[in-house]
Amino acid sequence: MNIVIMGCGRTGAQLAVSMDAAKHKVTVIDISTSSFARLPASFNGTALFGDGTDEEVLRKAGIDQADAFVAVTQSDNRNIMGAQIAKYVFHVPRVVCRIYDPLRKDVYEAVGLEAISPTTVFADLIKSQLEARPQE
Amino acid sequence: MYVVIVGGGMVGYYLSKALLAEGHEVIVIERDRRRFQRGEEELGSVFALGDGCEASVLAEAGLERADIFIAATDQDEDNLVACQVAKYRFNVPKTIARINNPRNEPIFKQLGIDRTVSQVKHMLEDIEEQIPTHLLARLFTLADVGLDIVELKVSADSPVVGRQVSELAIPEGSVLSLLLRNGEKPRVPAPDMAIMPGDRIIALTSAEGEPVLQELFSTKRSKGKGKNG
Repeated sequence: MNIVIMGCGRTGAQLAVSMDAAKHKVTVIDISTSSFARLPASFNGTALFGDGTDEEVLRKAGIDQADAFVAVTQSDNRNIMGAQIAKYVFHVPRVVCRIYDPLRKDVYEAVGLEAISPTTVFADLIKSQLEARPQE
Repeated sequence: MYVVIVGGGMVGYYLSKALLAEGHEVIVIERDRRRFQRGEEELGSVFALGDGCEASVLAEAGLERADIFIAATDQDEDNLVACQVAKYRFNVPKTIARINNPRNEPIFKQLGIDRTVSQVKHMLEDIEEQIPTHLLARLFTLADVGLDIVELKVSADSPVVGRQVSELAIPEGSVLSLLLRNGEKPRVPAPDMAIMPGDRIIALTSAEGEPVLQELFSTKRSKGKGKNG
């Protein structure tokens, strides 16, 4: 799979490394070069400095040939914009977008964006862990 | 009309004042507390504190009855999301987004925003209006003899149109070498040949002759705004 990841934070970097280890072709974009320090020397993919909401940068990242696009920057709105450009302008077959704000996630899911809210996922996870092993 | 503006920076502030002066009902939603306080001090309850991309904040601002929604922050992504939430959640009839990157104009349109305003684009257009259009293109440089081969395009409003080649004040060291006219064979321009709009002339010129040639062939563009004729 040919995957473009927008945002090389903890999540983006970890995803890049694991996709790369699984022999996928990975390009990771970040607006700060220091973020690329999170990538180990063994990383075989491409680290691209630039703004992932900029069409030109996305082209440079090879989005035309991408099978998947993942938006995991710190900003919900940047993720939403990058994901929509990938999906509706470049027609990337699979687009996943992180949206912290659960309400905003609902709005965009309703219009067809595949979104994950770590807030909701994590809260549910903690709840189920607590309930699985209640305090005595 | 009821106008909701997201972003109370300079653009949002002056926009709200102008719209208020025209008798419209306006609310400005600003996320930053300091900017909010500055606006509130002068315009009172016109300014509201909150994130203009959040549905709950927009609901409180009465977005259901808004006629126009304007996203005027300095971040393109924030303006996109604010406009989309206004449109998808509240069905605001007209959404306008300020954009920084002019390339985002077609993208925003495609993503459902009714109108975009790009300061960069306006400035570029204004600059282009003031300067002559690029009629001269350098094709090749003969470095050893210090000459360039250039192409000159004759626009319809060029002052050389209708004049004979011999009448043109060609700078010293420059030679008009070839004339390319649509549908005709390339030929060496004869002195009695009249220049026509759309003609392309290949010339050999020194570096000093280049701006003179450019000047000779070009007119200041004017869109009839009364600036510089």
